[in-house]
Amino acid sequence: MSQDYRLDKGGRLNRSKTLRFWYDNKGYEGYQGDTLASALLANGVHLVGRSFKYHRPRGIYSAGSEEPNALVQLESGAHTEPNRRATEVELYEGLSASSQNCWPSVGFDIGAINSKISRLLPAGFYYKTFMWPGALWTTYEKFIRKAAGLGKSPTEIDPDSYDKIHAHCDVLIIGAGPAGLQAALHAGRSGARVMLIDEKPMFGGSLLTDSALIDGAPADQWVTKIINELKQMGEVTRLTRTTVTGYYDYNFVVANERVNEHLSPNRKAGGPKERLWKIRARQVVLATGAIERPLVFADSDRPGIMLAHALRTYIIHYGVLPGNRIALVTNNDSAYHSALDAHAAGAMVEVIDVRRNPSGSLIDRAREKGIHIHENSTISAVDYRRGKLRGIEVMQLSDDGKAVRGVPSDSRCDLVAVSGGWTPTVHLFSQAKGKLKFLDDQHCFVPGERAVNNQGFEAGACKATWSLSDCLKEGAIAGASAASAAGFESTATEDAPETEESVYGPARALWILPTDHPVGRGPKKHFHELHNDSTVADIALAAREGFISIEHLKRYTTTGMGTDQGKTSNLNALTVMSEIRDVPIPEVGTTTFRPPFTPLSFGSIVGHDRRELFVQQRKTAMQPWHNRNNAVYEDVGDWKRPFYFPHHGESMHDAVQRECLSARTSAGIVDASTLGKIDIQGPDARRLLNMVYTNAWSKLAPGRCRYGLMLNEHGMVFDDGVTTCLAENHFHMTTTTGGAARVMGWLEEWLQTEWPEWQVYCTSVTEQWAVASITGPNAGKLLSKLCGQPLDEESFPFMSMQSFSVAGIPARVFRISFTGDLTFEINVPARYGLALWEALMEAGQEYDICPYGTEAMHILRAEKGFIIVGQDTDGTVTPMDLGMDWIVSKTKGDFLGRRSFTRSDTARSGRKQLVGLLTEDPSFVLPEGVHVVEKLKDKPPMSMLGHVTSSYMSPNVGRSIAMALIKDGFNRKGSTLEVSLMDGSSHKVTVTDPVFLKSGNE
Amino acid sequence: MLLIECPWCGVRDQTEFHCHGEAHIARPLNPDSLSDEEWGSYVFFRNNPKGLHYERWEHSHGCRRWFNAARDTVTDHIYATYKPGAVKPEIES
Ligand SMILES: [Zn+2]
Repeated sequence: MSQDYRLDKGGRLNRSKTLRFWYDNKGYEGYQGDTLASALLANGVHLVGRSFKYHRPRGIYSAGSEEPNALVQLESGAHTEPNRRATEVELYEGLSASSQNCWPSVGFDIGAINSKISRLLPAGFYYKTFMWPGALWTTYEKFIRKAAGLGKSPTEIDPDSYDKIHAHCDVLIIGAGPAGLQAALHAGRSGARVMLIDEKPMFGGSLLTDSALIDGAPADQWVTKIINELKQMGEVTRLTRTTVTGYYDYNFVVANERVNEHLSPNRKAGGPKERLWKIRARQVVLATGAIERPLVFADSDRPGIMLAHALRTYIIHYGVLPGNRIALVTNNDSAYHSALDAHAAGAMVEVIDVRRNPSGSLIDRAREKGIHIHENSTISAVDYRRGKLRGIEVMQLSDDGKAVRGVPSDSRCDLVAVSGGWTPTVHLFSQAKGKLKFLDDQHCFVPGERAVNNQGFEAGACKATWSLSDCLKEGAIAGASAASAAGFESTATEDAPETEESVYGPARALWILPTDHPVGRGPKKHFHELHNDSTVADIALAAREGFISIEHLKRYTTTGMGTDQGKTSNLNALTVMSEIRDVPIPEVGTTTFRPPFTPLSFGSIVGHDRRELFVQQRKTAMQPWHNRNNAVYEDVGDWKRPFYFPHHGESMHDAVQRECLSARTSAGIVDASTLGKIDIQGPDARRLLNMVYTNAWSKLAPGRCRYGLMLNEHGMVFDDGVTTCLAENHFHMTTTTGGAARVMGWLEEWLQTEWPEWQVYCTSVTEQWAVASITGPNAGKLLSKLCGQPLDEESFPFMSMQSFSVAGIPARVFRISFTGDLTFEINVPARYGLALWEALMEAGQEYDICPYGTEAMHILRAEKGFIIVGQDTDGTVTPMDLGMDWIVSKTKGDFLGRRSFTRSDTARSGRKQLVGLLTEDPSFVLPEGVHVVEKLKDKPPMSMLGHVTSSYMSPNVGRSIAMALIKDGFNRKGSTLEVSLMDGSSHKVTVTDPVFLKSGNE
Repeated sequence: MLLIECPWCGVRDQTEFHCHGEAHIARPLNPDSLSDEEWGSYVFFRNNPKGLHYERWEHSHGCRRWFNAARDTVTDHIYATYKPGAVKPEIES
């Protein structure tokens, strides 16, 4: 087939550039400038897919972003994309696409059986299915999953790159048709920073298919002139192939620019495939135009039936005449443009006009050309057989337009074009919380009051302004007014060029056209919604079942819930419901439009934030050593922490057991750099510590350390750590690794909002200090080798800090312990962290120093019953629940959370309390999180006593150990409880004190 | 996305901020003198109005300062932002 439907001349094509492409594995040719849809139509291909629910054959219905039918799977492999609208896919050499929703082929589709059993698939089918016995769901799910869904998502990693950009402007203009171009021109002349955005590959909007004259010349000459003037303005940014997908609060607008998407995946051009613009504008001018509204008649979903303006676009813009014998059906004058253009292009044309006595200049011209007009008529049947539209039946309408009369007359045609007037594109206005109002005389919603934070103007067809000269005037006023509102000197005038255009007569308010059976009866179907396959009868069913509000109707029938968001179907659905209920359309309501206007690729949303850029990684100064020494990492917040250091061939279990033993028997070293560290200074520093910790800080002497628990006002533990007095008004606070930012925020919150008069300043110093913690019986000997400092008990007691050089590096050394053994936490400026670590490793060789990771660290602390906040606590645990009454000062007065201790629920007995658990079988390690009961029953329900918070195999205790939060746990010590596991096994556990290892001296 | 004026930094994107709920709830000076109900109301109970709401915000990805905002919870219009300790502005909504 070689472009049999291509006109000899016309269209904005580069005819010297023939492009070869494949659709459903068949080769075709088109021209540069085509879309996939126009190229298919040039080759006589109408049937492009099967419908979503009934798998009915469907054809190309529009020429733009409103397309409900022609969704294709573009390309294959890693580049494949589902649900691309053929009407927007620009043709390139070698393009390959395939139809969706059909198996084994678009021509013969097994799923079409659904259309034979359509009585079994009524509206609400899925919801009703969900209500069937649950046990059957697994059976039906398979069927539904297979039958539903659109294209296939790619299974390979997307090889393309995507970009994001932020922009600010004074006036953002969305839509570059006559109104938008005028707005840009007049805003631009004021010197304002202007952005003009349009979804098409070129500016001009409706002018690209308009035969009107502007200033005595064809419209696109005027478009070129305006674009040239805009190009001269340094502050004007012009974006084509860019869809505004979302309009959010405070004039925040998201737009997707298809930078290279229109080129072959093998393109050599640099740059991203798509670029997501995040724009903040002072003023937003909406010049988004209108979308043609369909007429719904019997089987009006057949391939070969398209919108009238789409027909015109294919003729004028793409040089394609998609049919030779064309029937137009209309309730208004605008379709006559299409009729005249089709006639001029050489087609045999007839018009079925639902109006009695249509009149006016356009109708007169049509008659002059010999175009036959069936007045007061409708299409009562469509003859679609063996993949082709072959003809229609035309009948007279009854007076009220709700029935047909007389006998049908047959008419041969291979294309039907429909026009039910125009629907203003108000999606973005509505997204931005603007209120829509219904124009009774125009039968459409238009922008009403704007949301207070989304200031701007509307111009042109998006507010139901239909005449070209009015659109041009409104655009000028909107552009100038927006610039002026944004603070630029600009006077709004109706400065607009002269136009010559046809004047339209009145339309007839009739969209659902009758046939010889009542609508919804008989074999013919009235699809008002093509994308999701919803019929007028479905709306009637929804109404009968009580789903009359538009929000319910929408979900029940899935009207407007496809990827096209019902751009062509919503208003007809509202009209049907309004007639069924006999209330005006505004009472039926309109659905809220939500972003995106057209689907956005995941690539564009994600941008560069993928792979190593997906989430930041925090690395300690010692990480190069960890990398060299086979560390396996664990994510703790954003930090990469060594989990364990396996020797060659060693399992995790073996490595961790070895690390735990070495640390207790000789010397271990752990990278503790990730602990949160906050430098606190000021005369009120102690006052702050007294308020945020449960214990007293008034008398802590310089050089001394103290452990503290932090509570929220509910009295629940949320962080812990050791804080050291460096000088009278200077403290060094440490927090958990994961809680560092939270604690910093907590201190700032209180200081800024409750105690702003206190003189105390907090600075996060987490990343300023690298920390190596050495522990074990030989830790002191090891440290002695690297410093000239006496480390005996008297010179350097437990819970104290001294500053001295370690391996020649100035250090703060803390004698504190998280293992229960002698431990020195050596803090050095972060840049010396690696040097310190390497020096310790070298000096530690003679003690077989063992680097250990977070898992061994957790076991070592659990052996001593030390808690990990966030693991052994969960925001419902008080210090008393942890058996840590000793850390709660009874005498220092108020502190955060204290008052909550005497609340009835906090003070009651029998709360969950932290205890140890020992399994009957010492080699069995309980899974963490497992629930504990007093006595297992045959089957649930059983009352749970609590759960295991920490559980390990401890080489130093020589058996498994566990910690658990158990109801009334302290009183249960010595008793035996039971757990049952997912594998069906049950185990007995004995409640103990959570300190499992009594040796060790810290 | 809201546009919020930090009293210290000026107008910035919402993504730089965190909201921390109702403002102008002073911590009781002497919690021990409060009944359980009074303390519970301080700890647990917050207003959730449709319309004008005075709330606390933190410029967490900016200057890290806290401030208050008078925001309409329906329209998201922010009538005013002001520093902690400043008098709550009277707003006619
Ligand atoms: Zn700030």
